[in-house]
This record gives sequence, C-alpha cells and structure tokens, in this order.
Amino acid sequence: MSTIIRVDNLTRRYGERTAVNHVSFEVAAGELFGFLGPNGAGKTTTQRMLTGVLPPSEGTAYVLDHDMARDPLGAKEHLGVVPEVANPYLEMTGWQNLMLAGELYGMKRSARTQRAEELLRELQLWDRRADRAKTYSKGMRQRLMLAMALLHQPDILFLDEPTAGLDVMSRRNIHQTVKNLTRSGVTVFYTTHNVEEANVLCDRVAIISEGRLAAVDTPEALKSHFAESQSVQVAFASPVKPEALSDIPTVAHVEKEGDKLRLFTSQPGRAATEIALFAQRQGLEIVSLNTLGPSLEEVFLSITGRGSHPREEKS
Amino acid sequence: MSAFLRTWAVAKKDMRVYYLKGPVIIFGLLFPGFLFLAFAIGRDLPAESLAPGLIAMALFFTSSAVTPAVLPFETRTRTLERLLAAPLSLGMLLGGDVLAAFLFGLFVSLIPALVSILFITSTPPRLGLLAVTLLLSALTYAILGMLFSSPPTDNPSSVMTISNLVRLPTIFFSGVFVPISHMPAWGKALAAFSPLTYTTEALRAALGQETYFPVSLSLLMLCLFAAGLWAVSMALHRRNMSRRLWM
Repeated sequence: MSTIIRVDNLTRRYGERTAVNHVSFEVAAGELFGFLGPNGAGKTTTQRMLTGVLPPSEGTAYVLDHDMARDPLGAKEHLGVVPEVANPYLEMTGWQNLMLAGELYGMKRSARTQRAEELLRELQLWDRRADRAKTYSKGMRQRLMLAMALLHQPDILFLDEPTAGLDVMSRRNIHQTVKNLTRSGVTVFYTTHNVEEANVLCDRVAIISEGRLAAVDTPEALKSHFAESQSVQVAFASPVKPEALSDIPTVAHVEKEGDKLRLFTSQPGRAATEIALFAQRQGLEIVSLNTLGPSLEEVFLSITGRGSHPREEKS
Repeated sequence: MSAFLRTWAVAKKDMRVYYLKGPVIIFGLLFPGFLFLAFAIGRDLPAESLAPGLIAMALFFTSSAVTPAVLPFETRTRTLERLLAAPLSLGMLLGGDVLAAFLFGLFVSLIPALVSILFITSTPPRLGLLAVTLLLSALTYAILGMLFSSPPTDNPSSVMTISNLVRLPTIFFSGVFVPISHMPAWGKALAAFSPLTYTTEALRAALGQETYFPVSLSLLMLCLFAAGLWAVSMALHRRNMSRRLWM
C-alpha cells in the first residue's frame, strides 16, 4: 500500500514547552491508524499540524504528497476533519451547517444536497435536519460534525477523540461509520485516549507520550512485546488468598480481580499446570481457568507510565 | 471563482449567525442616529450641513460594529478550528468576514443616505460619487473592524472595548459634526489621519456641499486606508491565528 501520510521529525513548541518532540511515522492508504496517548501527550497538536491548522516548529508532514507547512490548501481539499473540541454553528440548523461545509469545499449545490441527505440518514439526523444545532444533544452534534467532515467525500478522515463523552448509541454509530469508511478505502487517522477503542478499531496504533512517539505497530504486535504481562486467570469455588499462590515458581506476582485471581507469568502454560496441582493438593475446586495475553491497555500503561520505548517503527 | 464562492460562504455564515438579528440591525440604525441627535439638538446648525456626518457615522459604526467580535466569538464557541481545517486561505476567511461587514454597513447606511437625499438636502446629489463613497467607506471600515479582531482572545468584550476606545474619539476630529475648515490647526492635522474625515468630505461633495479636501484626494485616501488596514490586519492575523487554538 502507498504511503498517504509521512511525518518526519515533526516538532511543535509553545514558547519553552515542547508539545510534540521529533515525531516520525507513516500511514498507508486505506489504513485505520490509531493515535493513542494520555491527555496532554501531544495528540491534538500532532493532528493540527497534519491538518494544516497549525504550522510545525520543525520537521515536515506530507499529506497526500503536499507539504502541510507550505502547501496546506492542496491537501485540505481531500481531508475531512473532526477536531477534538469543536462545535457546529449552534444558531444554524443541521442542514445549514452541512450546506456551509459543502460550500467551503467548493461542492456544487446538487452534489452537496444529495450527499447531505445520505449522511443525515446514515447518522440518524435526518428527522432533525431543520432544527437548530443548539437543540441537539452532544452525541447529535458530534454526528453532525462527522457528517460535515464527510460531505465532500475525503480521502483521509482525521478524528480527534470523536466518541469522548458520548452515549453508547452515538459511539456505536460513529464506530460503524468509521468501519464502513475504511471498507470503502478511506484512510482514517483516529486520535484517542481510549485504549480499548484503538484496540478494537485500528489496524495500527502509534502511542505518544510526553510529546515523543513511544511505539508504532499493530495492537497484537505491541502486546506480544510484553511477554511478562501474560497471565493466567483462575476462579476457585471457595475464597483463596493471593499470597497462597505466590509461591508457585513460574508466577511473578498475583492480583485479585473481583472473585478471580490473576497470576502474571512468562510461562502461562506451565503456570496453569502448577495451579491445577496446587488446587488438587489443597482440595480446591477450580471454577474457571484462562490464559490471558497482555491487554493493549497494559501495553499503553507500561509505555506511558514507565516511559520505556520498546519498539520503533519498522521502516 | 471558487475562491470567491468560498469567501461568500463565510460571509453568508456571518450574516446568518451574527448580523441578521433584530437587535443588531436596530442597534446599527439607532446608535449613529442617537449620537447624531445628542450633538445636533439644541445647536443652531442647519440639518443639511449635518447630513454627511450622519451618513458617515452610520457607515463607520455599522461596518465596523460586528467584525471585531466574530473571531473571538468563534474562538470561544469552538467553531474556528473547523474553519481553519477547511481549504480556505487566510485571505478567504478574513475576506468573508469583511464582505459580511461591508454588506451590512452598506445596507444600514443606505437608510440615512436616502432620508438625507429625500428629506434633508436641497441640492441634487451626485449619485455616482455618493455610491463610490458609500462602497469605499463601507469596505474601509469593515477592514478596520477586522483589524480590531486581531488580538488572540476568546473574549469579545475585550476587543469591543479596544474598538470603542478608538472609534468613539475618532468621530470628534473627523469633520463629522464640525466641518474641517472650522477646526483649529491641530484638529486639521489630526483629521488628516482619520479615514472618517475622507468619508465625510466625499459625502459633503456628493451632497453638493463645500469641502476642505479635493474629492479625488478623499477617494484616494479611502483606497489607501483600505489597502493599508488590510495589509496590517493580514499580518497580525497571520501571526495570531494559531494562538487562538490553545485558549
């Protein structure tokens, strides 16, 4: 697949503070690329530089072969953007907001009205199109912003925390729309601090921490680099204290998770056998026994919490 | 053509969101009128000599009234970033704001202009000159309003304070109430630096009254003010626009 976004040593400083520090990565056409990081890590600043809203202090960002510092307008024609903190015009109706978006992208009237109807129906806003946006719920406003970003049928869609604070229905609606878009070949740059969302949706994930890129890979590949985070989860019929299992040689440590115990180990198979023997010796009944890989959340916390840099992007 | 249509889209949005509101239009009409009456009532001045001042004030206050608040308001309501992400150059974005202000100022100022022509002045007006003066002045003050909006703030009242601090004193040394020829030497010198002076002068000429500056100079100065204010505004907005994003 061809590279559609190419970022090289991208840096942004606000006075003395460096918000984004020499970040480099590439995104392939048609990819759903997750940009993951805790609050204040530099995600939004990176997206703003990639969408031509903010000039970089140093480095380059090429989007669709346009240098976003020198020639942002050429690329912007083909980008759809839903900024993190953004609103439609609340005094205008949903329909008027969409028409404005179409006009800003130079769409002809017939094209924008047809496309607006399609999107409003898909995003379940058609019945409210004549209402002012100020009467919309947060979820409806966010769906309207998504419709405004998709009206001109962009090649790349940038979404910055699109589901933050939304109800389940709105979140699912947005997730489904994003999945449909990637199926139709649209590249999606999905900025989020929600690890599970990135895990479920994204082809690849970049993790940014304190302005620096900590890792870029597929969610499963990232997990595989954290072998020490593999574990065995066991539930007994009667209560067992975690300390009772900590003597098992292959177990690094034990955590209580509700009515279950989770034993962290680099050898989950052997640990499971030893747990079964332990239960036999103690006369305990095992209700369930599962081996678990590390979650992306654990990888994320491991990287952002410890500041380790386990893996650079493959060239 | 495409650039103009996008600029027009911004202007239409401004008109919908900021201008086509009852209170804004009423205020645009009433404020210059009240200011004019506050000066004219109780003075033994012929209404005819005050007509150019009334039209000039309407142009000055209405064309520059709303633009200063648009960008701070868009910063506050979080609608600005969406505009900045669209394929609009800074010129198109600010041009749209100026176009809306220009049309609003022109529309509102036509009312005192028509009242003056029909009911106040006795000399037949030079309609071509009147039209050119109205167009040039509305454009100049719309751009002036854009200049006031350049500080990177999300507080509309801050820029409105700056705007009023500049605009209100300006009317007293621009020949609006007292013709330039009747002003002291320091007043004449000060008047030369105000664009409102040239609007008032050109309007006096259009309404068949005596002027201090030649009308060609007044029109030229309005063009220069428009070009200069646009250049300064663009430079300041280019410097400050991204700073609005982290407010």
